Amino acid sequence: MSEPTKVVVAGVNKPGATPNSVSLKTFYSDMLLIRRFEERAGQLYGMGLIGGFCHLYIGQEAVVVGMQANVAPQDQVITAYRDHGHMLACGMDPKGVMAELTGRSTGYSKGNGGSMHMFSSEKHFFGGHGIVGAQIPLGTGLAFADKYRNTGGVTLTYLGDGAANQGQVYESFNMAELWKLPVVYIIENNQYAMGTSVDRSSAQPQFFKRGASFNIPGEEVDGMDVEAVHAAGRKAIEYCRSGNGPMILEMKTYRYRGHSMSDPAKYRTREEVQTVREKRDPIEHLGQKLVSRGIATEDELKAIDKDIRLVVNTAAEFAIESPEPDLSELFTDVVA
Amino acid sequence: MSTQILMPALSPTMEEGKLAKWLVKEGDAVKSGDILAEIETDKATMEFEAVDEGRIGKILVPEGTEGVKVNAPIAVLVGDGEDASAPVKAKSAPAEAAPVATKAAAAPVAQAASIKLEDPSLPEGTEFVTMTVREALRDAMAEEMRRDDTIFLMGEEVAQYHGAYKVSQGLLEEFGDKRVIDTPITEQGFAGLGVGAAFNGLKPIIEFMTWNFAMQAIDQIINSAAKTRYMSGGQMHSPIVFRGPNGPAARVGAQHSQDYSSWYAHVPGLKVISPYFAADAKALLKAAIRDPNPVVFLENEIVYGRSFPVPKIDDYVLPIGKARVVKPGKDVTLVAHSICVGLILEAAEALAKEGIDAELIDLRTLRPLDTDTVIESVKKPNRIVTVEQGWPICSIGSEIASQVVEKAFDWLDAPPTKVNGKDVPMPYAANLEKLALPTVDDVVAAVKAVCYRA
Repeated sequence: MSEPTKVVVAGVNKPGATPNSVSLKTFYSDMLLIRRFEERAGQLYGMGLIGGFCHLYIGQEAVVVGMQANVAPQDQVITAYRDHGHMLACGMDPKGVMAELTGRSTGYSKGNGGSMHMFSSEKHFFGGHGIVGAQIPLGTGLAFADKYRNTGGVTLTYLGDGAANQGQVYESFNMAELWKLPVVYIIENNQYAMGTSVDRSSAQPQFFKRGASFNIPGEEVDGMDVEAVHAAGRKAIEYCRSGNGPMILEMKTYRYRGHSMSDPAKYRTREEVQTVREKRDPIEHLGQKLVSRGIATEDELKAIDKDIRLVVNTAAEFAIESPEPDLSELFTDVVA
Repeated sequence: MSTQILMPALSPTMEEGKLAKWLVKEGDAVKSGDILAEIETDKATMEFEAVDEGRIGKILVPEGTEGVKVNAPIAVLVGDGEDASAPVKAKSAPAEAAPVATKAAAAPVAQAASIKLEDPSLPEGTEFVTMTVREALRDAMAEEMRRDDTIFLMGEEVAQYHGAYKVSQGLLEEFGDKRVIDTPITEQGFAGLGVGAAFNGLKPIIEFMTWNFAMQAIDQIINSAAKTRYMSGGQMHSPIVFRGPNGPAARVGAQHSQDYSSWYAHVPGLKVISPYFAADAKALLKAAIRDPNPVVFLENEIVYGRSFPVPKIDDYVLPIGKARVVKPGKDVTLVAHSICVGLILEAAEALAKEGIDAELIDLRTLRPLDTDTVIESVKKPNRIVTVEQGWPICSIGSEIASQVVEKAFDWLDAPPTKVNGKDVPMPYAANLEKLALPTVDDVVAAVKAVCYRA
């Protein structure tokens, strides 16, 4: 794979800093990159260029952008299969991500992973895991290693409201608090575990309380407001980095698209989605703030969008033009 | 009437133990619940309580005596006014219990010491010391942990309890609680935590109290550990060892008696090791810890206590993926791994008496499987019998039969034949359990069949 080039700057804020006008603009462009990237991915899926399962992050962009702006170079990130946004927010190259989505040799996993299984050791992004809930013990282990090696690193472990009902989450909570591991569990509550709403699947729908019986503090955050996410993330990461053990953040968010590309989303109304889009969209919301606060003009925002569309087009072209893996690669990387 | 107090069985696999200490003396009055003695089993030192009231008439086995057989009389309890010479009533029925207690037969233990283990890599005149498989495994971990401080041991009861089967004895004391870590009883959680730690620069040894419990963690072993190198295009990997006792122990029933050999041998991305001899246990566990891939290391509870010679050299490491020809022979190839290597050694003695000379192969590693050694062997006697405790369908023997038919068809004088555990969940009843597992007689019968001998 070609050396990842950082076209749009993600996570450039000094860890722990209050966002200034520059970083607010960066939040805007980082979120927009994810939005445009996902729209394009959806399009390529429709064209048959991306296969299998493809879970889009559209609507949830503020969560990962706000959180990742707080990370330090020694920190780790892990999530499940709705992972394209996380990779972009970690600073992974959109070309490499898109090429993996299309199953090309230039993808991050050389075409062996696909949408749900992508990694970057360089960016400390540990996947990209396809089994609901499995990433939570793994993330806890990343944090265990950081504590063991005394690196000062904190692990951001992302999970959804569906995964939050998995037994292994609570096994992990128990060990993380018992051993005071530096891990932030970020529950992205987009209100639907595939087609089952939180109300139909969760006896305690307030996920930030799910650590209470382990003495893990939790906080509910407006996951559609990148500034709120950023502020909550900063506090949580500081709490973990200071040796206090784990913390839980519940991000109230929403996905606009279906669970995966093949989901007709009959379990909710068109109006419900439309209302969130109109009233709570994280990108629109921040754009209006930037303009009203005089940080950016409408024209500047349009210019950002234009630049991002170019980045995404370049990524898509790169992905489409890249060769598939050589057939001789079938048995590469099974064991060392 | 006086009553015999018998040596108690204090673990499922205990056949004999040490009478470590008497806490009563002759003439003492005892009542139900009083502690009579401390007994050292194969796993732990246990207190032994009185069941009946009376007076200790006579101590038959002095403290410090080792190798006291289960159900042997160790003291005589007398009623008031009686003496120890009064007629004795047996407390339990040793005659009925005997077949169970001797199930794992002393033969392999005796035979073990006499086995000459060939290893061409060893220098001429290498000295051997006798040790148990349990000690060999402990030494392997301790030696590797001294070499590399990114190695840690984690599991249920591995630290303060020294391992449910005493395998990690002394490790907490030497390495401290940062590196020898007791976990909650949450296999999926700590297996996944280990894999994550391996992704992030550490070399975990994850002990499962038994592999039966690893069923709770199998998703992390296969989906997270085994597949990540491939799925990440070689960027990320997990140098981790999952180890613990595998296969049936004794009388613990269906959920605690299962052989996972073929389950894990099936999975690309894993290495799977299942040794029998102490030297192999030590050298291959060291190799497993150093290996950059996830390794499933299948031990055996009954084998833990068996003693074998181990070369007395620094840093004894063997390559993963090589079978051992335990004994050459010209009439039939017998293939086994783990505890069944003991079984084919016994069978070979029985067969020798009938003039059949068996070549014995210990697979040692199940993935990658050393089919070359098996194929080379079968081309001499032209007959092969595989022996394992696992179920017959899709077993290790099934795979070997398939390989032999594909690669040595023209050499075969008889169909490759499997001796497996029976195709049933493990029964509890002693007689049915015995029937469910491969025996020397089963192996002898299979060999005679492929040799066309009545």
